[in-house]
Amino acid sequence: MELSTLWFILVAFLWTGYFVLEGFDFGVGTLLPVLSRNEAERRQVLATIGPVWDGNEVWLITAVGAMFAAFPSWYAGFLSGFYLPLLMVLAGLIVRGVGLEWRGKVRGARERALCDAGIVAGSFLPAFMWGAVFGNLLAGTVFATLAGGAFSLAVAVLHGAIFVALKTDGPIRARARRTALAASAAAVPAALAALPGIPSAAAPLAGWISHPAPWFAATAAMATLAAAVALIWRRREGWAFTATAATITLATTALFTVLWRAPLPGLTIPEAASAPYTLTVMTWIGAAALPFVLAYQAWTYWVFRKRLTQPGIHV
Amino acid sequence: MDALDLARWQFGVTTVYHFLFVPLTIGLGTFVAGLQTAWYRTGKRHYLTLTKFFGKLFLINFAMGVVTGIVQEFQFGMNWSEYSIFVGDVFGAPLAMEALLAFFLESTFLGLWIFGWDRLPKRVHLMTIWAAVIGSNLSAYFILAANAWMKHPVGYEVVDGRARMTDIWAVLTNSTALAQVPHVIAASFVVAGGFVLAVSGYRILRERRMAGIVADPAMWRSSLRGALVMTAIAGAVVAGSGDLSGQLLREQQPMKLAAAEGLRHDQSAAPFSLAPGVEIPGMLSLLAAHDVNATVQGVDDIQERYEQRFGPGDYTPNLPVVYWSFRVMIMFGLSTVGLSVLGLWLTRGRRTRGARSRREPRRVPDWFARLCLLALPLPTLAMIAGWLLSEIGRQPWTVMGELLTAASVSPGVTLAQVAISLTVFTVLYGALAVAEGVLLVRYVKAGPAPEPAPHRTAPERTDADRLAPTLMY
Repeated sequence: MELSTLWFILVAFLWTGYFVLEGFDFGVGTLLPVLSRNEAERRQVLATIGPVWDGNEVWLITAVGAMFAAFPSWYAGFLSGFYLPLLMVLAGLIVRGVGLEWRGKVRGARERALCDAGIVAGSFLPAFMWGAVFGNLLAGTVFATLAGGAFSLAVAVLHGAIFVALKTDGPIRARARRTALAASAAAVPAALAALPGIPSAAAPLAGWISHPAPWFAATAAMATLAAAVALIWRRREGWAFTATAATITLATTALFTVLWRAPLPGLTIPEAASAPYTLTVMTWIGAAALPFVLAYQAWTYWVFRKRLTQPGIHV
Repeated sequence: MDALDLARWQFGVTTVYHFLFVPLTIGLGTFVAGLQTAWYRTGKRHYLTLTKFFGKLFLINFAMGVVTGIVQEFQFGMNWSEYSIFVGDVFGAPLAMEALLAFFLESTFLGLWIFGWDRLPKRVHLMTIWAAVIGSNLSAYFILAANAWMKHPVGYEVVDGRARMTDIWAVLTNSTALAQVPHVIAASFVVAGGFVLAVSGYRILRERRMAGIVADPAMWRSSLRGALVMTAIAGAVVAGSGDLSGQLLREQQPMKLAAAEGLRHDQSAAPFSLAPGVEIPGMLSLLAAHDVNATVQGVDDIQERYEQRFGPGDYTPNLPVVYWSFRVMIMFGLSTVGLSVLGLWLTRGRRTRGARSRREPRRVPDWFARLCLLALPLPTLAMIAGWLLSEIGRQPWTVMGELLTAASVSPGVTLAQVAISLTVFTVLYGALAVAEGVLLVRYVKAGPAPEPAPHRTAPERTDADRLAPTLMY
């Protein structure tokens, strides 16, 4: 395999990991006012993502860093091309990060409410913007942009609601399940609007046979989304979470199989790639480090695997 | 005013701001890990109290370092796309390594540390803070190696208008990086040491006033002593590595050295001026070459040579800024180190008379505790000045001798776009700086939360327990 191909796959993997992991903490952040009715409940809801959200965000930093190292002109063109949307993402990540870190350290209800506002806005904005940016990149139309944004936001919200249902017990668990069902009423139409647009950017439906991979992935994403709705209805929270994770993975896969042809208009992967020497060096380092990263991140989830039964206790 | 000017302002504002928090993350994180280790090994309660107290201040600050760091990574691509395309092959590698090898370690294990107090065995919990600290320090190494490459590019060739890496080892062991990494990391320890000194000094004064007693509050004395030791040792490393950097400047970045002195013409036995007009003869030559008679190149002569070598253009950085930042860095940095040496002497042990001779702590004088408050701003200003010297002194180049700043900016990004983002970041950062300041002051004033006595059996939890903010979150 060409090293540039390997690195494209790795970049796609890092973005996928980012969307799957930060997807649920964006959802939890967005849903904070919906899922909790008082301070104790708010703490319980946020405690589900407390130990992991920062580690999840590093997937973004690594994905973008890998693009910089392996495909400098893709990195440069993508970031300068989507200047203002990415500025909004950054502003969102800033207020959300400090909101999450500081809300336990500020004094009084008003200051906490300000932190909560940062968490909600800072989760909502990037969750919408990422879909909008990639929708726009693929098709360049207003419809694709809005559909992409609606899809990434709705799926993140669903993913987050299911995560809270999976990680808590008591009234919040029941509320999270109801919220997940309500969110699927938005996620399914958004998926129907956005998902076909991904493979269409490579080839129309009639010509799917020439580009089977994105069509296959997009269809499977739709199917797993439907499965997630059915599973959360039947209270199979663990499987439902697996299904939304699969939806995000497959939608991202569809996206990157299309970007493989042209990561930016007029650019190809071999053109964008760094020299073989750099890619070789980075491959060795990635191969040595990534297993450890995956292992200790998985360990974190293992350490905090228990459901949060009473508000605040495990905070 | 065009997009280039604003993009430069944005880079300056966001980078200086980011680097207000990073040194504390690096140095204070290590200090907290040290305190927790002391608690783990001795079992003394005051070490635990200090760990949690400084741990909380560390976390308030850490949040800011993280969120402002993401901006830095995006900014290269957003505002400096031509730069990114030119250097990505070389410069991107340490950045990607930083994320993969350092940031994952730092953020994942910090999450475990914050939430793992009751859930992990003591030993494992101690390991998590050390893993996070190693991550922070490692990240400093990678980003400084990338930064050093801009000033002294090595291990590359230019092919089709793009730098191509030919030797990663050369990039990671760049002489400029090897001098700069200890310089900046040790300076971070000085900044953090100064922070702990100021906090401890303040607490000593406050608790004396509240209690009306003359004895030292023992706990703050121990954090003060710890910070004094850290600052003094780190200060020696800063000075040594700074000396090394100065000598490298003479070979690698003569313009920066000349600008730092405002030396107009090539000169042997070049003087160093403490301020304009107050000169020490031969001192600059001594600093830069360890030889009072050595020749140091001057700004105007270098300008002429650069015009011959690179074509017409202005190759001179902003002289007053570079000149004064050099002096602020040295003077404020040295005075912090001086303060720590003075403090070590003042608080040295005293041998008591009698058959069983042992060392007894000396009281921290009030005036010294007050002086310690200066240890907060001084090293931080020295650090900022050091960065201004280093990066403004590099102008007009982004990559010394290869790429001009003017040629690095994103061609497609408009003045309005940069103006919007500069405004957003300035306003947001300003508000957050105030909030962080308020939070830190509040926690320092309040002092450590009282530690509950350890229970043998798990106590019944009451509603009040549940609602009380737990220690770390």
